[in-house]
Amino acid sequence: MAANNNGDNFILQVSNLTVEISNQLILNNLDFKIKRGITLAIVGPNGAGKTTLFRALLNLVSYAGKIEWNGKVKIGYVPQILSVRDIPISVKEFLALKNESQEDMRAVLTSVGLDSKAVLEKSLATLSGGQMRRVLIAWAIVDKPDVLLFDEPTSGVDLDSEEAIYGMLRKLTAKNEITLLLISHDLHIVREYSDYALALNKCLVFFGESKEVMNPEIQKLIYGEPICKEYEYGDIHA
Amino acid sequence: MVTFMLETLIFSLIVGVAVGLSAGYLGSIMVLEKMALVGDALSHVALPGLAIGVLLGFNPLIGGFAFLFVSAVLIWHLGRVTRLSFETLVGATFTLALAIGILLFGNNLDALEEALFGDITAVGITEAITAALISVAVIFLTRLIYRKIVLGLISEELATSRGISVARINLLYLLLVSLTVAIGILITGTLLVGFLVVTPAAAAKTVSSNLSRYFKLSAIFGAISAVSGILLSSYFNIVPGPLVVISGITLFVVAVMVRWRMKLAS
Repeated sequence: MAANNNGDNFILQVSNLTVEISNQLILNNLDFKIKRGITLAIVGPNGAGKTTLFRALLNLVSYAGKIEWNGKVKIGYVPQILSVRDIPISVKEFLALKNESQEDMRAVLTSVGLDSKAVLEKSLATLSGGQMRRVLIAWAIVDKPDVLLFDEPTSGVDLDSEEAIYGMLRKLTAKNEITLLLISHDLHIVREYSDYALALNKCLVFFGESKEVMNPEIQKLIYGEPICKEYEYGDIHA
Repeated sequence: MVTFMLETLIFSLIVGVAVGLSAGYLGSIMVLEKMALVGDALSHVALPGLAIGVLLGFNPLIGGFAFLFVSAVLIWHLGRVTRLSFETLVGATFTLALAIGILLFGNNLDALEEALFGDITAVGITEAITAALISVAVIFLTRLIYRKIVLGLISEELATSRGISVARINLLYLLLVSLTVAIGILITGTLLVGFLVVTPAAAAKTVSSNLSRYFKLSAIFGAISAVSGILLSSYFNIVPGPLVVISGITLFVVAVMVRWRMKLAS
């Protein structure tokens, strides 16, 4: 993973990214770049390589090609699955794994719509699904990241809470100038809460404004037989 | 004679507190990792080393530790190469170690009994000081890696993305367990030392809602189990291992009842 200082407003440039795991091609020759401060949704069918793309961006899998972050960026990551239910850990202890400042903890809990006094000493295992996702968002932003990678931010949450969580995420990212990359299966959410969408089906099949994902032709591209596109720098970008 | 017995008891209690605290503390991680059986099985791996110590006339505990250390590194390495769980690998090796150990002891049944069940009369000032120093070092090092291990348990990806090498931390952790188990053999023997790693932590987990309380209680329960077992052993003049186990199980039962009452009250 390289870092550059090319002076433009792109926070991330990916070129010719290919990932193979156990001789299986998971991602094939991705090219895209994204601007600082935008929200980009990663969509695609199961097994399309969405989570693998995140893992490559975090340098957790080996890959061919280039991933360039513009300067030194701090990345916050929230995976889809966290095994916290079986660990006797309070919200305070959980947040302290990243940032021990009680002041910061209270501030982020308030910013995600939780009463810090009421939840700080609570055990994670006793939180509701909605509270848990909010704590995870608080956890992701407590050390003030520049980029947030969120794998299915609202899995296991009811519809009302889902809307509230996305609304809150939008406010938080705008206020703190965070670039948000999120994986979602829900195209309505993608259209409503992200600026751009990147569709994967092993390769890049669509990259454009999020409002376009409701177009049946684009949906055919995303969920039909993969037709790989090549997006050159300066051609289409987010 | 009375002075000697009192001295032995005091030294045994020092070893008991040291081993109980560090085994309980380390065990709190093992129970979270769902590796309780690893702690138990790993302790048996020491037996061939103890036998070699007896046969060649050097301190059997050094042999025991050497075997534990080498086995821990081997199991860790095999785990990385084969992607098999620690539990599977330890399960495959511990019975073999037990068999080899018993064969090596041959007809020396007294030494075998001592290795299997512990012998507090063999505890002197050297053992007491060594155990205390090792315990302090183990607790200090475990404190340094505790949060990293917990983060790795919550999500290995998260830990790795924050620059934590989960594999290296696991290796250090296994070495600390080996060290603690080697010293614990003095009190409970190889057959029962795994108990000190598992049961105090299990008791603590049933009555804890946060990490801080959990690991402190694990260590305290470990020390209480060891000390009460040793005192009972001295009083009844029998091997301490089984009495340490019975004391610990009593604590576990009490913890489960407390938890039950807490649930009823809520």
